Amino acid sequence: MTDAVLSTPAGASGVGAALRGVAGAVVPVLVVVAAIVALWYVACVPMNIKEALTQAERAGAVINPPSAIERRDASAIGLVVRNPSHASATLNQERPRLPAPHQVGAELWKTTGGMVLRGRAFSKRSLIYHAWVTLSATVFGFVIGTVAGVGLAVGIVHSRVMNMAVMPWAIASQTIPILAIAPMIIVVLNSVGVTGLLPKALISAYLSFFPVTVGMVKGLRSPDSMQLDLLRTYSASRSETFWKLRLPASMPYFFTSMKIGMAAALVGAIVGEMPTGAVAGLGARLLAGSYYGQTVQIWAALFAAALLAAVLVGAIGAVQRATLRRMGMAQ
Amino acid sequence: MSNIFGWSIAFLIAASALNIAMANGEGRDQALTRFVVPALFGASLLVVWEGITRGLGVPGVILPAPSAIWETFQANTETLWKDFVQTFVKGALRGYVIGAMAAFLVALLVDRSDFLRRGLLPVGNFMAALPIVGIAPILVMWFGFDWQSKAAVVVVMVFFPILVNTVEGLRATDRMQRDLMTTYAANYWQSLLKLRLPAAMPFVFNGLKISTTLALIGAIVAEFFGSPIQGMGFRISTEVGRLALDMVWAEILVAAIAGSAFYGFVALVESIVTFWHPSQRRRR
Repeated sequence: MTDAVLSTPAGASGVGAALRGVAGAVVPVLVVVAAIVALWYVACVPMNIKEALTQAERAGAVINPPSAIERRDASAIGLVVRNPSHASATLNQERPRLPAPHQVGAELWKTTGGMVLRGRAFSKRSLIYHAWVTLSATVFGFVIGTVAGVGLAVGIVHSRVMNMAVMPWAIASQTIPILAIAPMIIVVLNSVGVTGLLPKALISAYLSFFPVTVGMVKGLRSPDSMQLDLLRTYSASRSETFWKLRLPASMPYFFTSMKIGMAAALVGAIVGEMPTGAVAGLGARLLAGSYYGQTVQIWAALFAAALLAAVLVGAIGAVQRATLRRMGMAQ
Repeated sequence: MSNIFGWSIAFLIAASALNIAMANGEGRDQALTRFVVPALFGASLLVVWEGITRGLGVPGVILPAPSAIWETFQANTETLWKDFVQTFVKGALRGYVIGAMAAFLVALLVDRSDFLRRGLLPVGNFMAALPIVGIAPILVMWFGFDWQSKAAVVVVMVFFPILVNTVEGLRATDRMQRDLMTTYAANYWQSLLKLRLPAAMPFVFNGLKISTTLALIGAIVAEFFGSPIQGMGFRISTEVGRLALDMVWAEILVAAIAGSAFYGFVALVESIVTFWHPSQRRRR
């Protein structure tokens, strides 16, 4: 509930109130994003000034101070102040330390929309191809992890032994940096002969498995004793209790933990793509960009990954809203 | 040799039977049973692992036996300690402290302005869901190969979870409590220090606990992009290249111990600071 809606006087048109409610939610976000972009542009100037001055000197311009050694030891902001005329050159370098937003945007367009227009959407130089590789591993692993996680949660809720024996390990495993094993899993599975999608998907599955398990155990236990007692008075069997009370009650927890699991699965797939020698996928783009100093390419891959995460988590959120509304549980 | 495999399966079945008996028996709610059942389960998993690798002759380049990993661990404590200091103490811990303090201060600032809060919370939530490890190559490029770049990755990774949780926590007081502070004529700082910060602590510690694992992951993954010739991530990637998997597993053991100890430490501090919270009261 935003204050804008609350402060609307009674009798004002509903459309206006709704508009103001949306504006109250969107305007601050837009302002913050704009501030971040502006800061980014400002940060580009001192980050790239040294390289820009070197290039300008090669082109014959007079730089203050003239010697490269002095410039190396000087502070970046001081250099900007003494050479303000070269500040604009920092925003359009080929290999900047910090590429400007429009450069990243141009690279993103060149490797996605531009490739589509030329009819080569799935060429190896297209980010769509790499994002697709990452996406398939992520979703495949996420499905495995979610199914396994829900299965384990059902077992834990229904069996006292599993609850006592497995649950502490499931929680403890969250404190262990599982991601560090990712390269080893990839290399070992490769040496056994398992290549392609499956090794990455297994890492994604492993990462999304525990959030789903822990969330679902919480969700399946969320009905209070009053509701459980009611089903007892109906003489409901365990499976009836599960299908008619526990499972519906767990849905909000299910979707929330799926969002966490999906984000974790994406991270797993990206990290899983790094040790295979940078063949395909967004992680491979990151690694290749870092090997060859292609900073613009790194940033473009990073934004593609962010976009992918936003789309995946947003899709789950949309399903969540639709499902919970149908079930009458929407907040 | 497959005798070992058979015995390990027999041990698993016996341990499971014992666990079922204990979990459904008389003393199932005692603290001892609560400890023994998971411990026995973990031990039987280790025994089966050992049985499979030894009994079925699984080569060490695919999956080393737990005993082999333990031997490597003991034989290389010096190297492992150096890696631990490089990655955890220098990289992860410093980054964690810097990131947590920065997030906390920003959260205090954001909390003062309703506009900022409504703008920054969705952005922060979005950032917390992003694959932030991806910035590791960029930060390694900026800050060099040593621990500074690892600490920088950790700062960015832990920043958003702590920021979002702290801002949520600062809103956790209800109207009645804030009104009470107003009737006491408390100013902003008094009500912040005596009411809102203590009330925010469960949320803050939630963020701090989530971040412990992230810190270790960030420091290790950042080393895959370039590091001095020590560090856990460096060791993992080079030993994987040499197929010396027992060393890799020893390094993972160190990471597991460090991660759990770090989490346990933060949880301990939490139980001291938020002793009043219902979830911290001793059960029964």
